[in-house]
Amino acid sequence: MEFAKMTVTEALRGMRAGAFTSVELTQGVLQAAQAAQNTIHAYVTLDAEGALAQAAEADRMRAAGQELPLLGVPIAVKDNMNVKGQPCTASSHILEGYVAPYDATVIAQLRAAGAVFLGRTNMDEFALGSTTQTSYFGPTENPVARGCIPGGSSGGSAAAVGGDLALCALGTDTGGSIRQPASHCGLVGVKPTYGRVSRYGIVACASSLDQVGPMTKTVEDAALLMNVISGQDAMDATSLDEPVPDYTQAWIESEGSEKPLAGITLGIPKEYFGEGLDPEVHTRIEEAKMRAERLGATLRPVSLPNTAYGIPTYYICMTAEISANLARFDGVRYGLRVPCDDVIEQYKRTRAEGFGAEVKRRILLGTFVLSSGFYDAYYNRAQKVRTLIRRDFEAAFAQCDLLLAPVTPEPAWPLGVYQNDPIRNYLSDVLTVGVNLAGCCALSLPAGKTAAGKPVGVQLIGPNFGEMMLFRVAKALELPR
Amino acid sequence: MDYEVVIGLETHVQLKTRTKMFCGCGTSFGAPPNSHVCPVCLGYPGALPSMNREAIRYTVMAGLMLGCRIAGYAKFDRKNYFYPDSSKDYQITQLDQPLCLGGGVEISGEDGVRRTIRIHHIHLEEDVGKLTHRAGCSGVDFNRAGVPLMEIVSEPDLRSADEAIAYLTALREMMIYAGVSECNLEEGNMRSDVNISIRPRGQQAYGTKIEIKNMNTFSGIHAALLFEIERQKSAAAAGQPLRQETRRWDPELGETFVMRTKENADDYRYFPEPDLMPIALSPEQVAAWAADLPEAPAKRRTRMIAEYGIPEYDAGVLSADRALADLFEAAAKRCGNGKLASNWVMAEVLALTAKTSVALTDSALTAEALGDLLKLLADKTINGPTAKALLPELFEKGGDPAAIVRERGLGQVSDADAIEAFVDAALAANPKVVADFKAGKQAALGFLVGQVMKQSKGKASPQLVQEMLRSRLA
Repeated sequence: MEFAKMTVTEALRGMRAGAFTSVELTQGVLQAAQAAQNTIHAYVTLDAEGALAQAAEADRMRAAGQELPLLGVPIAVKDNMNVKGQPCTASSHILEGYVAPYDATVIAQLRAAGAVFLGRTNMDEFALGSTTQTSYFGPTENPVARGCIPGGSSGGSAAAVGGDLALCALGTDTGGSIRQPASHCGLVGVKPTYGRVSRYGIVACASSLDQVGPMTKTVEDAALLMNVISGQDAMDATSLDEPVPDYTQAWIESEGSEKPLAGITLGIPKEYFGEGLDPEVHTRIEEAKMRAERLGATLRPVSLPNTAYGIPTYYICMTAEISANLARFDGVRYGLRVPCDDVIEQYKRTRAEGFGAEVKRRILLGTFVLSSGFYDAYYNRAQKVRTLIRRDFEAAFAQCDLLLAPVTPEPAWPLGVYQNDPIRNYLSDVLTVGVNLAGCCALSLPAGKTAAGKPVGVQLIGPNFGEMMLFRVAKALELPR
Repeated sequence: MDYEVVIGLETHVQLKTRTKMFCGCGTSFGAPPNSHVCPVCLGYPGALPSMNREAIRYTVMAGLMLGCRIAGYAKFDRKNYFYPDSSKDYQITQLDQPLCLGGGVEISGEDGVRRTIRIHHIHLEEDVGKLTHRAGCSGVDFNRAGVPLMEIVSEPDLRSADEAIAYLTALREMMIYAGVSECNLEEGNMRSDVNISIRPRGQQAYGTKIEIKNMNTFSGIHAALLFEIERQKSAAAAGQPLRQETRRWDPELGETFVMRTKENADDYRYFPEPDLMPIALSPEQVAAWAADLPEAPAKRRTRMIAEYGIPEYDAGVLSADRALADLFEAAAKRCGNGKLASNWVMAEVLALTAKTSVALTDSALTAEALGDLLKLLADKTINGPTAKALLPELFEKGGDPAAIVRERGLGQVSDADAIEAFVDAALAANPKVVADFKAGKQAALGFLVGQVMKQSKGKASPQLVQEMLRSRLA
């Protein structure tokens, strides 16, 4: 049995039917993951021993007649999530040696749901990047479009699931870090509404933009994971008290109907189809639009007029928050310390050695935009534009249920290309950052491949707490695997 | 030239919340280093702050006590700077939208006239850890990191070191009264930064401002201000311009030293704290908290003078401590004699707390018991020495004074016939003393009174005994 190729739903069905155990499943997935470490390099660390112990415990529980939503399901988590007793480095040298003394809330939720933790996936250092090439531990390769980047920053999670090295994974999305790698690796990736999922225990990138979300092979699997990780958390003041529906019920009523999307209006934001959009990507999106229409949806052109300001606004807000969030990595309490007699010198040397070039670049940018004399021109103005961008989305959602757009302007590019061109990299986030700035939810769904076999994703964007609608439409548009 | 001194204070007052501002760690003083810590207050990767609502309530109560306007909307900001006592290398504070605005503290000014020192605002922020320096290394104790502090910022309305201390004394009294802080100076519950400048009397513009950081004793603040006033005056007299700078007070040397000048001031790069939601306070919520607020000490002082007919001095002593004033008022009402209650609370009760080192609130003494005891004294059921003998017992164990007096037969003997017999016996037994008294030795009377009291087992009315002896010896 090719365990690693399974979806979460298939694995649960098999284990519940007694066809195989979680230990067998976990062993199978670990084998595949280990075998690909020298090629794909999806993981920073694999925890075979811990995973097998958790799997054995899951099997014991099931044998005793207990059942849980994810009992015995192996999952990969991004290296920026605290899992008690495991290292947690955010793929940075500066956190080498740090062992998490506590579980992130999403990890505790998954644990309570019976999940098995395979290991930690590679990522851009501190989630700063969209290629997974800024990792201190070396890059990850795209398992589908070989020789190319897997996307990022959750590139390890995307490669693990896309390469059948995990059944499912968690990623984090600050400006597209779940949706873009999901798109590049042919996966479903969800960026939940800001406040839907707890951020407690996730090494902060940009606090006002970060959300944890699932990366899975199917829409149903994503809904299953969202059921487990959603909800208000007393430890995260920005998580919101909004009821958590059963997301797997999102498509129940419309499923089987000839026109499952009847009555649904999909807005097509014209600014997301501008210059720079790869023709092949464009074609796949046009096909998705036609499929949506055939399934009963009404398409409606809409406008998000401030889209062009998304990148500069995002790179000001994000770097400002980064500059403060990454200050704590100072060598005093944990992680790397380059010892020195003078504490200021110790800070300088520790951070100079511990952080990579991209991290330093963003800390410098963030420090600059918050500096006395520049604050109003940069940070303050960016906050105002952020409000305008949020209003763009609100106005669009007054005319449609969801937006349909590409995730990235172009498919995955070869490893090493553009590596020394930060601006080029930043610009590739243009279709994803708006969602984070606005706080609303979005989902990346496989929409086919290019002629060269590179996966292309279609993005569905929903209003705040519009995840049910996202899942309903995504389920209808989902292509056969 | 005649100079006017201008002083403003920024006072950090530690709130008496049971837990820290953003996590569930305890706030008790004196615990072993780094025993009240968790991922949140240690600034571990991924940890987030969650607001302690009690800290908000206490700050609002403090604001109401000082007559501040309570903001309907307030937010938190990050103040960025690197220092090992800061676990996140930024401090969560409030930059420009604090919880409380305006208000004031009334003091008796240098000229003896009462006036109000205006408060600019009160904001809420987290404390940092404590550094200890040893040979070759330094240690950080994060027990204090994340403990909630109010920063109470005054306007530059103070005109002398004495006024600064008067302001701090009044402020401390009000904070203790409001029940928001212990204001324990030894434990660093109340620390002040002072801003001081001088200007030629009559000049409107302020002089160059010097800040002296982080002082936690009133005597230290007083001494630092006196030193700094003199330093600035002599610099001005010598024609030396002052630089805007931050200085440090060295209590051992009795001098202030430069810490940093304005030119190398830090840029804290404040920005709104994205991990916390802004605070929206409804008028109903503020009104509900206001209802729990005790009367301000100054108001209480005035009311007590009018209501119980006690001297201003007494009212001042009593109102300085909320528990003491509460005890006094309840006891005075119960025994119906304000002056008697005030004398007993100020002399006997305070003496007991001093002698036993037990705080009034930790003692067993209730206002009911004290009131009843004073009532027994006032209606002459017992005499003064008996009342004094009973008080320590009530303080230590509590009890019903009337029942104790009844059970032990401590009632005062006011029956003249019974006392007469004791007097006869005393006179008969001490002819030499009687002779001494008649020869003019007044002290001899005391001895005879003592003899009679002894025979009555302390229950005779001392006044009556004295009267009888005098008439018999006349």
